[in-house]
Amino acid sequence: MSKPNIINFIVTIILALILSQFLPWWSVMVAGFVSALFFSLKKSAVFFVPFFAILLFWVVYAVMVSSGNDFTLAKKISVLLYLGGNPYLLILVTGVVGGLAAGVSALLGKQLSILGGR
Amino acid sequence: MKYIKLITTLVLTLVVFYCLNTKLGSIPPIGKFLDPVSGVWQNDTNEVIDGNVTIKGLSAPVTIHYDEHLIPHVFAQNDADLYKAQGYITAKHRLWQMEFQTHAAAGRLSEIVGENAIDYDRRERRRGMAYGAEKALEKMKDDPEAIAFLEAYRDGVNAYIESLDTKSIPVEFKLLDYKPEPWTIKKTALLLMYMTKMLAGGDDDLEYTNVLRKFGQERFDLLFPDFFDVNDPVIPKETDWSFIDTEKTKTPRSELPLDTIRETIEKPHPDNGSNNWAVSGAKSATGNPILANDPHLSLNIPSIWFVMQLSTPNHKTMGATLPGALGVISGFNEHIAWGETNATRDVLDWYKIEFKDDTRTQYKHDKQWKNTSVRVESIKVRGAQTVIDSVIYTHHGPVTYDHNFKSDNERAGYAMKWVGHIGGNNQRPFLALNKAKNYDDYVDALKTYTAPAQNFVFASTEGDIALWIQGLFPNKWEGQGKFLMDGSNPDHDWQSFIPQAFNAHVKNPERGFVSSANQHPVDESYPFYVFNDGYETYRNRVINSFFSSKKKFSVDDFKALHNNNYNLKAAELLPHMYAHMEDSGLTPDEEKLLEELKGWDFYNDIDKVGPSIWRAWWHALYPMIWDEFDSEDEALTSPFTYQAIYLLKHHPEDPFMDILDTPEKETANDLFLKSFKEAATYLTEWKAKHGDYNWGDFKGTYVGHLLQGLPAFSRFDLPIGGDANIVNATSKNHGPSWRMIVEMSSPPKALGIYPGGQSGNPGSTYYDNFIDDWAAGNYHELNFMQSDTATSDIISTQTLTPSSNE
Repeated sequence: MSKPNIINFIVTIILALILSQFLPWWSVMVAGFVSALFFSLKKSAVFFVPFFAILLFWVVYAVMVSSGNDFTLAKKISVLLYLGGNPYLLILVTGVVGGLAAGVSALLGKQLSILGGR
Repeated sequence: MKYIKLITTLVLTLVVFYCLNTKLGSIPPIGKFLDPVSGVWQNDTNEVIDGNVTIKGLSAPVTIHYDEHLIPHVFAQNDADLYKAQGYITAKHRLWQMEFQTHAAAGRLSEIVGENAIDYDRRERRRGMAYGAEKALEKMKDDPEAIAFLEAYRDGVNAYIESLDTKSIPVEFKLLDYKPEPWTIKKTALLLMYMTKMLAGGDDDLEYTNVLRKFGQERFDLLFPDFFDVNDPVIPKETDWSFIDTEKTKTPRSELPLDTIRETIEKPHPDNGSNNWAVSGAKSATGNPILANDPHLSLNIPSIWFVMQLSTPNHKTMGATLPGALGVISGFNEHIAWGETNATRDVLDWYKIEFKDDTRTQYKHDKQWKNTSVRVESIKVRGAQTVIDSVIYTHHGPVTYDHNFKSDNERAGYAMKWVGHIGGNNQRPFLALNKAKNYDDYVDALKTYTAPAQNFVFASTEGDIALWIQGLFPNKWEGQGKFLMDGSNPDHDWQSFIPQAFNAHVKNPERGFVSSANQHPVDESYPFYVFNDGYETYRNRVINSFFSSKKKFSVDDFKALHNNNYNLKAAELLPHMYAHMEDSGLTPDEEKLLEELKGWDFYNDIDKVGPSIWRAWWHALYPMIWDEFDSEDEALTSPFTYQAIYLLKHHPEDPFMDILDTPEKETANDLFLKSFKEAATYLTEWKAKHGDYNWGDFKGTYVGHLLQGLPAFSRFDLPIGGDANIVNATSKNHGPSWRMIVEMSSPPKALGIYPGGQSGNPGSTYYDNFIDDWAAGNYHELNFMQSDTATSDIISTQTLTPSSNE
């Protein structure tokens, strides 16, 4: 991983962590967007770096919240969302959903940063 | 190019945002829902049940001790604080259910779930549910203290709602993507209406009218007699009614309108009912009276019940509460215990209304045109336009059926007369029972109770046992309200009510026990008109013969009776069928099946196959008898099980036994063979698909989540025996929703359990932790705390404190 990638990755997570304390779930979109504005990446990294950053953030957060409760609800929600009752699959889906949101908004951020001449 | 890319990514971002932030069909807004910071992950936790919580308007601190079952033991300094704390604590564990049930009662489910619920909501509006709740509130206003308690409860619930944020609202709100609205005292009235509908909202008047028109009076009376040939009533037969000095209303000379009614509104579950009983000290192994209650309702989770102890320095009460209502509903205090079964009386009638013209502003009554009124019901629908339904009201009640609803005549309709619309302060009697100290207090408490009529069983530490059948009952003329009546004839109106003191009751009977199981309340000697309106005929006889079988009974006997799986219905018919079926027509496989059945001892235990074969046979047989009742053009109802079996045994050649579609003329004995063959085929197919048909698997009892039985939040394939019409009345999704046994020692000792758990949060270990014990027939000892000092049985304590800046 190149240095800008690492910086973007870390900044995205830190931003998401801070913003999520007072913004709704779309704080991760803001995080992806803002870090793309200021820490511009190239090619597929534009999407995938924030994608994996938020995927990691949401996966870790979900595990931290749920593991203390033996994934009791996670198992049920996994049934509800047709994931066969597997809590780990639900955790993965959670990460992908968060990552997707952040990655897509990062694409927008990147386009704006290009426009701004960065 | 730059701009095209910018716009593309902007659109893409917005689309992704929209899709992840919006509920699409039954899929929750997936980004919002799965966000671990504030979405559903935050509910994956047990509840916080310690620490201090500040609540506005409390006058003194309230202590709440939780025991190992998450049962809260509330200790308040006065009643207002007590009910405020009850509201807060109940909401804390059951908020979504409280909101959902009262929305259902009010016909407001479309606001939550959208267009699919419009039909449901219209029906509830046309039933006049909110109208009834408003009437009830009017009556309650005469009791300022009760209103003050309702308001305290409301404030308690709202204190909890205000404490919630995006993270902490219950799972179902996140799933359906909406927010709780503030609680109101009307919601408590709506919940009581919900119970009234469930337990006193059934009738078959319109179906009976069709049956009467189709088959004539004589045939009708054979199929639907006022009394069956056996009757073991709630109030023992030997009761002397000579103290009653009010006469039954005289039957007027008049005619009934014999209309053809195509379809009627959905009725409450026919198995809604219960058992209760009590033995006197003389009949009890310990010398203390013992009382039991088990209400049979749809098996839902979160459960309709929430167990609490409610205490002030003046009283301590414990038992099952109804989330949304105040006090304990089925329970005990230091002096008395009480419980309810449904009294099932005909308190809902229909009147044919003749309108003057298409404007329907006037209707005929007592040879005059009288004015109607209109209640405009606007049903808000999530994601769609509000539906407006104008319901016309007469002095009888709402004109439920008219050309806008299940009927097509512009100048006629059917109006509902229902005790649920009369209004009543049905919260007060429970508050009074909670504090009652003896028989007289119990009788006083019940006096003003109107609906849903219940058989209130009672036992006291003083040694009394009793049972009052309490509700507001019209004093009807012979036959009144069995069929559609003439809404223009004032003689058809309800003329008066049975004076409360003449409601059937029994205190300390010689036989040493009282019991009820939704059977006929009385025998023919009771001076008021009561007809068989779907009375149970099996559980009562098993219960009463059990209590006549020996001299003394213990708590263990009570447990055994709750869990008694004896199938009296099968025992009364099967031997007859064995003797009369022409079994030479059976294939070897069918013969084997019959032999298997013959080996059955009539107990519906989970490991037996007999109950499954019996069930399959009966389910094939019953509709064969009543094929005459298959009709799409008119709403009909076929006879009750007991009478069907009576006819099979005593009128085997009755024309009803014939199957109309066949050229032959069948008798009951032919039906036995035909239906057995059909059952055999069904069981073979079932076995191929699901494996062995032992009763537990065949029945497949489940407890379904309140929201359309969401499988993820429900519990399936519970290993429990019994069935409808059995003392252990557990059928597929219906049965003992609460089981309680109380021995009237000082203080009383009690056992209780229900198929659910105290927490409404599917993420809590307390969500469904009672279910396995319930299915196994086990009980939990209810820890009736005598002081607010925590003992070792207490897992956690929370204090509600008044806010200091008031």
